[in-house]
Amino acid sequence: MRSISFAQAINEALSEAMRQDERVICYGLGVDDPKGVFGTTLGLQEKFGDHRVFDMPTAENAMTGVAIGASLNGIRPVMTHQRLDFFLLAMDQLVNNAAKWHYMFGGRRSVPITIRLILGRGWGQGPTHSQNLQAWFAHIPGLKVVMPTTAEDAKGLLLSSIFDENPVVFLEHRWLHNVQGHVPEGDFRIPIGKAHVVREGADVTIVSMSYMTIEALHAMEFLEKNGVSCELVDLRTVSPLDWDTVFNSVKKTGRLLALDTGSATGSVAGEIVARVSMGLWSSLKQAPRRLAMPDFPEPTSPALTQGFHVRAEHIAREVAEMLGKAIDHGQIAAQRKHPHDVPGNWFNGPF
Amino acid sequence: MNQRNPSVIPAGLPSGGAPSSQAKALLFSMKRIRAVEETIASRYNEQKMRCPTHLSIGQEGIAAGVGLALNRDDFMMSTHRAHAHYLAKGGNLPAMIAEIYGKVTGCCRGKGGSMHLVDEEAGFMGSTAIVGNTIPVAVGLGLSIKLRNTNQVSCVFFGDGATEEGVFYESVSFAALKKLPVLFICENNFYSVYSPLRVRQPEGRKIHQLAGSLGLPASHGDGNDAVRVYDMARRAVDGIRRGAGPQFLEFTTYRWREHCGPNFDNDIGYRTEDEYLAWKKRDPIVMLQESLLGDGRATREELDGMAATAQAEVDGAFAFAGQSPFPDPSEAYTGVFK
Ligand SMILES: Cc1ncc(C[n+]2csc(CCOP(=O)(O)OP(=O)(O)O)c2C)c(N)n1
Repeated sequence: MRSISFAQAINEALSEAMRQDERVICYGLGVDDPKGVFGTTLGLQEKFGDHRVFDMPTAENAMTGVAIGASLNGIRPVMTHQRLDFFLLAMDQLVNNAAKWHYMFGGRRSVPITIRLILGRGWGQGPTHSQNLQAWFAHIPGLKVVMPTTAEDAKGLLLSSIFDENPVVFLEHRWLHNVQGHVPEGDFRIPIGKAHVVREGADVTIVSMSYMTIEALHAMEFLEKNGVSCELVDLRTVSPLDWDTVFNSVKKTGRLLALDTGSATGSVAGEIVARVSMGLWSSLKQAPRRLAMPDFPEPTSPALTQGFHVRAEHIAREVAEMLGKAIDHGQIAAQRKHPHDVPGNWFNGPF
Repeated sequence: MNQRNPSVIPAGLPSGGAPSSQAKALLFSMKRIRAVEETIASRYNEQKMRCPTHLSIGQEGIAAGVGLALNRDDFMMSTHRAHAHYLAKGGNLPAMIAEIYGKVTGCCRGKGGSMHLVDEEAGFMGSTAIVGNTIPVAVGLGLSIKLRNTNQVSCVFFGDGATEEGVFYESVSFAALKKLPVLFICENNFYSVYSPLRVRQPEGRKIHQLAGSLGLPASHGDGNDAVRVYDMARRAVDGIRRGAGPQFLEFTTYRWREHCGPNFDNDIGYRTEDEYLAWKKRDPIVMLQESLLGDGRATREELDGMAATAQAEVDGAFAFAGQSPFPDPSEAYTGVFK
């Protein structure tokens, strides 16, 4: 199968959805500009016209309400924001309207909108361009919250999100846009609410989402060489969460390490630890653990972000500790060839 | 990509004739800002300024004019594109450069970066990176001035894009309602990132007219004519200090380089090289310089001296930033609460 990037996979999903269904529209700041939102919306306006693909005023809250209104009358808007942080202006429309419409009007109409938000990281994105607030969205009944890791999942889940009858918040980590993967052509869907067991293993269950899955994979590769076998569950959707898959894995391994790209308190990882502790107490061999961001805003200086994020070495250390093993996890960081604040040499800022 | 939106280039020559001390102060302020921004641009690719950085090259006239019209104890707030404003208000230059380099001597000790600047001693109360975000905060400062009866002015800069946010209307309305001492400065550079005004605002609408309809005096001027900016800002500030309530000034101008980062990007298709060149001909620095030379208010040597003074100060600031230590990584985990 051919390999394409996560960003191209998003582009294909949008294109496929718009080709199939003329009610799908796509708007957001810069969707038709020369950069096309990191390449994800390039060419769409040429293909589908500026009545269906258009730039918008810097008016996040109003334009979310506009999406809701359009969706009530049969349109399927996909809205894009280059950072989640910019979308915070729209919490009123999202939380008070979109999330509640179907419920509070007695089930008359739903709000089939998709909101793509990009999670920034690195190159000093700092306090207001890097927030991972998936837990906020997951906290709101009535929202679906999707966080794909691979290009394949990005395409399959975006198509499912667009054709879902409910509001979906679709979170794309900036460090994933360039990651390549095999992606089926045409209409290809992955159901919302289904986690993926990326690797099977025996000793510890690692539950992760989005970019953390990449760090977990690096950690596991290293752990495997040291005789530790982890099972990796990539959530793909953080709300509704696939408890069956998480529970089945933890039942098997008896150990849980939950990862999160957001800050620890009130995190999705915290919810996983809570539910597993409540529901699987007797299957657990030891207390579950969690690795998430510290409960601090993200600073800008590269000196301050050094060690700020959870990386593969931290995951390996945590797993080794759980198993009472001594391993030299420092090797992982030593092998990294680029500065800690970029995902690879393809990323030189500024955005 | 929609086709182009030619920005409206003001015709005519700059207003000359300002007293030479003021004109020279404006010119020096602009040259200093330009020297800072050009130096950042030329060194950005060394990859040591590791944060998103929005330059004001081409837009210096507005910062300089408004900055000169304000007192040191007046308040100022700004946006993601804040270097010029911070400097024109008298913000500490070495502390700004150090901040961009992520050093502990930076104005936010490395926590904020280029998009978050502060120098309270100079009355620069903060710049932030969410569009429209500081407008209500500046109005709040205006409220505090009124409550404390101190005769200061609170000035806030924002772009044309920010006038599309709901919070802009909410803030201006409250300031007008309570007659708060706020000076709103809209820098209209015709683009929000790569999006021209015409895909964001209805054709023919004037931002200052719209603002005026919210209940405060509003006018507009050529932002590349620093003397004119200064005159308008000074008159507005005088009125505000007399208790006449808030005022709104829109200035047109043009950003020469890419929205974020050090490069030129006229080749990528959202605007034309011709449009850029037309604006470059109206370089606010060159225009004022020619006016000063033309009627003998300044000599070539004086101007060269200004440039050298500015560049020496800038070089000193970069040296300071370069020599400064990084913050200890543990500082990341301090300071959430007072
Ligand atoms: C609420 C919000 N929406 C979008 C952005 C992304 N963004 C950053 S700067 C910018 C341009 C704003 O244009 P304008 O206000 O005219 O200022 P300029 O960059 O032209 O100085 C945009 C859209 C943001 N930072 N915040």
